[in-house]
Amino acid sequence: MAKATSYRTCPVSGLQFEVQAEGLIRANAVTAVVFLMIGGILALGVALTRWPAVHWLPADTFYQVLTAHGLDMLIFWMIFFEIAVLYFCASTLLRCRIATPKLAWLAYALMLVGAIMNNYAVYRGGSSVMMTSYVPMMAEPSFYLGLILFAVGALIGCFVFFGTLVVAKRDKTYEGSVPLVTFGAITAAIIAVFTLVSGAIILVPTWLLSIGVVDHVDPLVYRTIWWALGHSSQQINVAAHISVWYLVAAVVFGAKPMSERVSRMSFLLYILFLQLASAHHLLADPGLSTSWKIVNTSYFMYFAVLASMIHGLTVPGAMEVAQRQKGYVRGLFEWLRRAPWGNPVFSGVFISIIGFGFLGGISGVMMGTEQLNMLIHNTIYVPGHFHATVVIGTTLTFMALTYYLIPVLFKREVINPGLAKLQPYLFGLSMYFFCLVMMGAGTLGVSRRHWDMAFMGMPGAYEWPGAAYLMMGLVGISAVAAIVGGGIYIYVTVGSLLWGKKLPGGEPSASFTPVPRAAPTLAAQSYGSLGFAAPGTFVLAMVFLVAFVLYYFINWKYLSTLWGLS
Amino acid sequence: MSAILPPTEQLWWKHPLDRVEGTWIAIAFVWCLIMFFMMIYWHAVGRQNLSTVTYKTTPEQFLEKAQAAVDKYTVRTDEVTGNPVVAPPEGADVYLVSRLWSFWPVFEFEKDKTYRLHLTSMDYNHGFSLQPTNLNIQLVPGYEHVVTITPNQSGTFSIVCNEFCGIGHHTMVGRLYVK
Ligand code: HEM
Ligand SMILES: [Cu+2]
Ligand SMILES: [Cu+2]
Repeated sequence: MAKATSYRTCPVSGLQFEVQAEGLIRANAVTAVVFLMIGGILALGVALTRWPAVHWLPADTFYQVLTAHGLDMLIFWMIFFEIAVLYFCASTLLRCRIATPKLAWLAYALMLVGAIMNNYAVYRGGSSVMMTSYVPMMAEPSFYLGLILFAVGALIGCFVFFGTLVVAKRDKTYEGSVPLVTFGAITAAIIAVFTLVSGAIILVPTWLLSIGVVDHVDPLVYRTIWWALGHSSQQINVAAHISVWYLVAAVVFGAKPMSERVSRMSFLLYILFLQLASAHHLLADPGLSTSWKIVNTSYFMYFAVLASMIHGLTVPGAMEVAQRQKGYVRGLFEWLRRAPWGNPVFSGVFISIIGFGFLGGISGVMMGTEQLNMLIHNTIYVPGHFHATVVIGTTLTFMALTYYLIPVLFKREVINPGLAKLQPYLFGLSMYFFCLVMMGAGTLGVSRRHWDMAFMGMPGAYEWPGAAYLMMGLVGISAVAAIVGGGIYIYVTVGSLLWGKKLPGGEPSASFTPVPRAAPTLAAQSYGSLGFAAPGTFVLAMVFLVAFVLYYFINWKYLSTLWGLS
Repeated sequence: MSAILPPTEQLWWKHPLDRVEGTWIAIAFVWCLIMFFMMIYWHAVGRQNLSTVTYKTTPEQFLEKAQAAVDKYTVRTDEVTGNPVVAPPEGADVYLVSRLWSFWPVFEFEKDKTYRLHLTSMDYNHGFSLQPTNLNIQLVPGYEHVVTITPNQSGTFSIVCNEFCGIGHHTMVGRLYVK
């Protein structure tokens, strides 16, 4: 042990926290939640304006608020929380001190300054350019500079994570390979490095353009590289929340991955086929060849989709196997009926898995298909899709993880467990509905990022069908329900940290206890040695497949009726 | 609790997979291949494929060509928008000028005839969202995108800008007639 530090072992969970890492994880997680709260308040403005009967904010405020909502949620909330998850997966799971805590604090400070600078630029009013900030539309210089500082901070955070892995290896805090959850986090961090570097490549020249040093950034080049940041960063979210799914399956059920090989290979597929992702957003663009679009939009033959389909089976599959070993073997679904539905850590993750797959996954593949993309490009279908991935998938998973972390990391009892129990259902299910009606409105053509469906009564305005207005009204209603669900989360977490009953955290000790290996439990010893270990999950997977195939071909059918294009 | 512990097996990549997983991977893989080849198949037989014909352009060059086409093919002034109505012959090149915050001119096409529609933007990114048909194409400044279109319904259509383009974005809407 080179440096003096101390470790405590949590009496509830048996996890061991190093004191420096603990402070960093807490700071990043709390900051993340603050941005989630701001983003949620902004969501109210966005949703109540898009609800045609309410049409709350004036146009300029709406575009400003929408810009801030996108940035605070997608960038600041997610990435602060992911940095916390990375430190947790390295330092806590490997029981190792965090590498270079000073640098880690510097990373945190840069991210915080960057986020505040960027937010301030948006609130001042001159930077309502949406989070995508497509050139030649320009924001204030501090808008870009804030994002650049944030990205540099996050990049340093990733390197602290990698450094911590090296320390763990050198200090021999564990034997053999890293745990699966850490492995998933490594994938997320590798993708993050690629993403943040792409961000720098395009945002630095754009910033220089905004201060007059550079005189031209090509709009199409901007779109292409920006989306290497914008889409690949979604792959960070996916890798991170899937790692958390495995973690929750392990801590709630004691579940063992069905096969380490399958799960790890699937994480590797994310890295291998990631660089191709930005094509999704350029399918309706000029100037790119068909074969480039086809190969890239499918991340080379849908290998990343394959990986997600595999995780979608193996996570509930692992839960099923664990439940069956506890004796819940009746029928196909006793294991699921007897799951701890009252525990928000589990219910949040399960609602997340189903919603991410059925709503986010299926819609994402549909809209990422070269020709089908023309049906929904830039319609409100697109936010409908990504609220299913990034809100039901990632955000809800992170919420569920927080309920686990409050006693363990923050040493507090959760206040108001009744509300906490309800929260994933209210937030998750209203989000399901919200995503569905947004996709419905998008299928009818309603535009995203659009202040007035009535076009302010312009001569020649388009009159949307009544169904489109109805859908947008339902968007507003379900958004309010979801925001209430989000508000409960903020109340419960912040309240627990402030007023929750203090719990014992375990005595500090100057040295770590190495991580034990997993005890060999009942696991497949050879192909099929467990029989058909998770039949219930397999049935769910087949239901998913049928929904997927039907929806996919319905859209081709719809496309075939449209104007000829060639 | 083993997803958060190092695996028991020394070599995780030799860990056998279960039959449930093996079966699902095979099914999912086949489905991924079907989806991949579907896009290629549609290029061979489908009638809705976005063209990739693109040229670099400038607002001046594009406007000049657009003006020439308007001069040549205008048949009347649209009462609703006040813009010229351009009715080109089959196969002609026509130019849609998209700028803050309007589309110009108005086209009048004939059903089941084919036209070469040139698209670009004069300033920021815009969107070409044809309603109620619901076909959506991105308009990027500096790039002239030539799409060959064949309307298969008659009626009055709108072109809605669905890429955020500043404070007048929600007033940017154009027209198109099909006889
Ligand atoms: C209760 C919660 C939420 C509600 C009601 C909500 C509502 C909305 C609505 C209605 C839009 C679309 C507006 C439009 O295009 O005209 C939107 C956009 C967006 N939302 Fe949310 N949202 C919520 C939470 C989140 C979360 C948690 C995230 C990210 C993790 C997120 C990320 C985004 C992004 C990135 C956009 C796109 C902004 C843009 O077009 O530039 N939202 N939100
Ligand atoms: Cu526009
Ligand atoms: Cu616009």
